[in-house]
Parts: sequence; structure tokens; C-alpha cells
Amino acid sequence: MSGATRKGVVLHLGVVALLAGLQFVLPAYHHGNLARVMVLASFALGYNVMFGYTGLLSLGHAMFFAAGLYGMGLAMRHLGLPALPALALGVLCGAALAALVGLLALRTAGVAFMIVTLMFAQTGYLTILYFGAFTRGDEGFVIPRAARRIGALDLSEPTTRYFAALLLLGLCLFATLALVRSSTGRVLIAIRENEDRARMLGYDVFRYKLLAMVISGAMAGAAGAAYGLLFGYVGATFASVQYSIFPLLWVLLGGAGTVLGPLVGTLFMFYLIDLSSGFTSAYMLIAGVALVLLTLFAPRGLMGLVRARLVPWLP
Amino acid sequence: MDFGPYLLLASMEGAVQAAVLALMALGLSLVFGVMRVVNIAHGEFFMLGAVLAWWFTSLVGGHPAFGFALALIGAPLIVGLVAVAADLLVLKRLDYDPERTIVATIGLLYIIQQLALEFYGPDARPVAAPFSWRIDLPWFGYSGYKLFVIAAAVVIMLGVWALLTRTRIGLVMRATQFDSETAQAFGIPVGRVYTMVFGLGAMLAALAAVLIVPIQQAHYLMGGDPLLLSFIVVIIGGLGSLRGTVVAAVLIGMSDGIISVFFSPTLAKILATLLVALVLVYRPTGLFGTRTA
Repeated sequence: MSGATRKGVVLHLGVVALLAGLQFVLPAYHHGNLARVMVLASFALGYNVMFGYTGLLSLGHAMFFAAGLYGMGLAMRHLGLPALPALALGVLCGAALAALVGLLALRTAGVAFMIVTLMFAQTGYLTILYFGAFTRGDEGFVIPRAARRIGALDLSEPTTRYFAALLLLGLCLFATLALVRSSTGRVLIAIRENEDRARMLGYDVFRYKLLAMVISGAMAGAAGAAYGLLFGYVGATFASVQYSIFPLLWVLLGGAGTVLGPLVGTLFMFYLIDLSSGFTSAYMLIAGVALVLLTLFAPRGLMGLVRARLVPWLP
Repeated sequence: MDFGPYLLLASMEGAVQAAVLALMALGLSLVFGVMRVVNIAHGEFFMLGAVLAWWFTSLVGGHPAFGFALALIGAPLIVGLVAVAADLLVLKRLDYDPERTIVATIGLLYIIQQLALEFYGPDARPVAAPFSWRIDLPWFGYSGYKLFVIAAAVVIMLGVWALLTRTRIGLVMRATQFDSETAQAFGIPVGRVYTMVFGLGAMLAALAAVLIVPIQQAHYLMGGDPLLLSFIVVIIGGLGSLRGTVVAAVLIGMSDGIISVFFSPTLAKILATLLVALVLVYRPTGLFGTRTA
């Protein structure tokens, strides 16, 4: 293990330990919020694999989150699957949908890729509404408390829920860290920096991009399935355009292409919106202003700035 | 009603849809063609036009035609100015980088939409039509205003066409679209052309909104669906091809109108969106386009 790698692992273990410690001191309201942030940050981490490391800007990531959410939720509701297999099914749905969409969408690049992913996500959202008889459409459905348990663990109980969210976040965090330190991860970064050169060096660019997309989709699916399981609600809102824009915003804010960036961005934005929705119903205004300011003044995000100014070895 | 008249009614509704859609998509297509920029906030310029139309008509008392005439001039002007400001303050500073511009216009989308929610409120509000003639067909009566919308859209499109092909400004725009670097070398102020085109595109969306608002109501979330449809039109018509845009708008507006009458509108939207995604994947230049995007 090289010095930088060891520092990286220690830093991330520290972050996970800090989050674990926070569980004992936080008041109930922030305790619940942080569990939510950790699940959403896992979604953002998945987005980061594609956008931050491979340079693929998707505007349709809500469909992978929703694939996990509905893959898990519908299996429990209509097939009566227990929580753990349903969760696995959710992850699988996210990955499979990403593979399918990737096979088609990766034939395009740049702006066309953004629009194609947007269109596929919109198709997904409308499909959920169209089959309202199964999915309960906009209204959504609740997963009963009794079903939300794995073995002896009751996932609706706050402390268990917190640690389940932390486990998911930790898994995604270290999976990303391992990926970007591996030779595969370096190829992905090479594709982001200069796709033609990567192709000329003999790498099958399409396959690597597809791989990045499947990993990203699996993480998004896992986050979606976990969200439904931990908070007990499945609804079409999570498939709407807004939930495709959020991970982009979180990753941009935290710093694309940094492992900790998505977590920082999600935490920051969640509380910004939480605070502002206290005194106005137009809370998405904050998101809009943040997007414009970020693209103008800080395209590398918070952790990008930290890496540039303070900690050059930050993974 | 028999099938024949029913189909006639559906296609007349479709034609109104198509007329408004063509105006809006023309704006999007113009911006994409000249500036190579995808403007996600285009739907919000449409919404802003409708909301301003409500505001203008509520200012003026008396016959609704006065308020409407004021809105027809005032709303596009204000929306155009907002777009020019957005171009100068944001897009120009991003150097029109395609991906960063999309992210920034998503930001603009939320800013405009949420400001409308804050100041206009969450209610849908009606605007009175400037006149209320009815045209009596043998099978059903039809609103004369809807026919006026079609006629007005055709006149505005002819105006845009004349502007592009018959004036010096149009020549400069076409030169910039064809090759901006060479245009710049010949002393064309490309930066100012971009600002103007962005403003003009937004004004077309606002005009479309003022025309449609006596039929629909003004609501702060009304920009989403037309944006999606305009995207579909611009892509099917070929990115950057204005003629293709108009043809595709007529095709899609008409079929959307007709399909929605006979089948579920959600199913129609699902099929259209999926079709577009596949067109972009397999024919990135669109069905009518020749230039690569």
C-alpha cells in the first residue's frame, strides 16, 4: 500500500468513524436527517463514478434510483418478497437498467448523451404513472413496518436505520475508493481527460464507459432500494426530473471526481434546502442559484478546492 | 358526433397545438443552430410570457382586447430582456461551453420557475380572449380565437423567415451559424449576435405563450411539457434545421392532438419520448437534418 493510498483509506475510515460517533450525540431530528443524507449521498457517489470519474454527464439518473426503489418496492408489495432479497433485486434492477440504457445511449456523446438520458428517464417516469394500477403513480405506496426487517433487525427503528444507512454509504465510499485506485479506474479517468487518446492506446472505450454506467446504476439502485426500505415510502416523485438534477447538483457542489465530494455536497445542499423551506415554499430557488454560481465560479466544487489548495493527495 | 366531424375537431385542436409548438420550437432551434447551445430554461421563458400576459391584462380595464394587445407587445419584450441579461451575466462568461451551459440553464430554469412561484403564486389563472367570436360549422361551433392563434403563428413564422433571409441582421446570423470564427474574422460582432439570438429565441417562446394563454391558463409549472415537446420537435426536425423544425412541429403537434383525443395522453407522451431517444441514438442528425450536430 503506497503512502497516498494509506492516507486515503485512513481518511475515509475516519469519516465513517466520525459518522458512527455522531449517532450517539445527535438530536432526533438531525439523526433522521443524517440517515437520509447518507442514503442520498450513496446515490450521489454512484453518479460521481459516471460524471466525476468517467466524464459522462447524465441527466436521467433518477431512473436508476427509481429502478432500485420500485424493483424493491413492487417485489415486496406484489410478490411478497422479504426485505433482503428485495433489496438485492433493487440493486440488480438499477444495474440492469443502466446496462440497457448504456448500450443505447453510449452510442451518442456530449450534449446528445445528456438529452437521450433525459428522455429515457422521462419515459421511465411516465411509464410509472401509466401503470398506476400497480405502482399507485404519484401518490405512491407505503411499505408496512412489519415487512421492513432483515432477520432480527427492525429497519424502521432509528438507530438500526442509521447504521444501515452508514453501512451502505461506507460500502459505496470504499467501492469508489477501490475503483479509482485500480487500473480500471485509471482508464476511466483517462477517458474523461482525453477519450481519443484512450482509444488510440487500445482501450475499448465503449466497454469501460458501459462498466462505469453499470457500477453507477448499481449504486443508484442500491440507494433507491435502501431509501424505500429505510423510510418506508415508494413514489413516482423519485423518478421525476428533479431527482436527476439533484445528484448532479450534489456532485458539482461537493466536487466532481473526489471520493468525499458527493457526501459533502449532499449534506450541504440537504441542510440548505431544509433551512430555506422553513420560510419559503420556493426552496428550489436555492438549488437554481447554486447551480448557476457553481458553473460560473467553482466548477470543481468544495472538495475540488480543498484538493487544489490544501490536500493534493485527496482521492 | 360521427367519426368524420370528430376527426375534424381533433385535427383542428391539433393544428392549434402545432402552431404554438412551432413558434416555441423555432426559438429553441434558432438558439441551438446559431449558438450551439441547448437552452433547458426555454420552457420557463414560455411560462414567464404567460404569467406576464396575465399581469398585463389585469392592469388594463375595459375591453379585453386592449390588455391582450399590450401583453402581445410587453410580455415578449420583458422576456427578451431577461434572456439578454441571462446571456450577458451567465452564458457569455461560460464561453458557451455546451455542457456547462446546460447545467447553468437548468439553474436558470429553477430560478425563473421558483421566482414565479414566489411572486405569482401556485394558482392557475385565466386570461380573457381578446374576442369571443364563434364560427358555426355544420357539426359544431368552433372558437374563432383558436383560428386566430393559427393565423398569428403563421404570420410570426413568416416574419422570422423574412428576418433571416431578407435583412442584414439575418445575413449576419446565418453567417455566424455557418462558421462563427470566419464571421468573427470578417468583423461580425459574434458576441452581440449570440446575445441577440438568445433574446429572440426567448421572445418567440413568450409570444407562443401569450397566444395560448387565453386557451390554457397561466401556471408556474406550465413550462415543462412544452419544453419536452419542443425538444422532441427540434430533434426529429434535425438539430439546427429551421425548416425541419417547422415541419416536425406540424407533424408532432397534429399527431399529439389527434392521438390524445383517441388514446391516453400519457401513452402518447411515452411513445414520443422513446421515439426521440431512439432517433437521437440511431440518426443523430434527425429525420430532416443534414448537418452533424
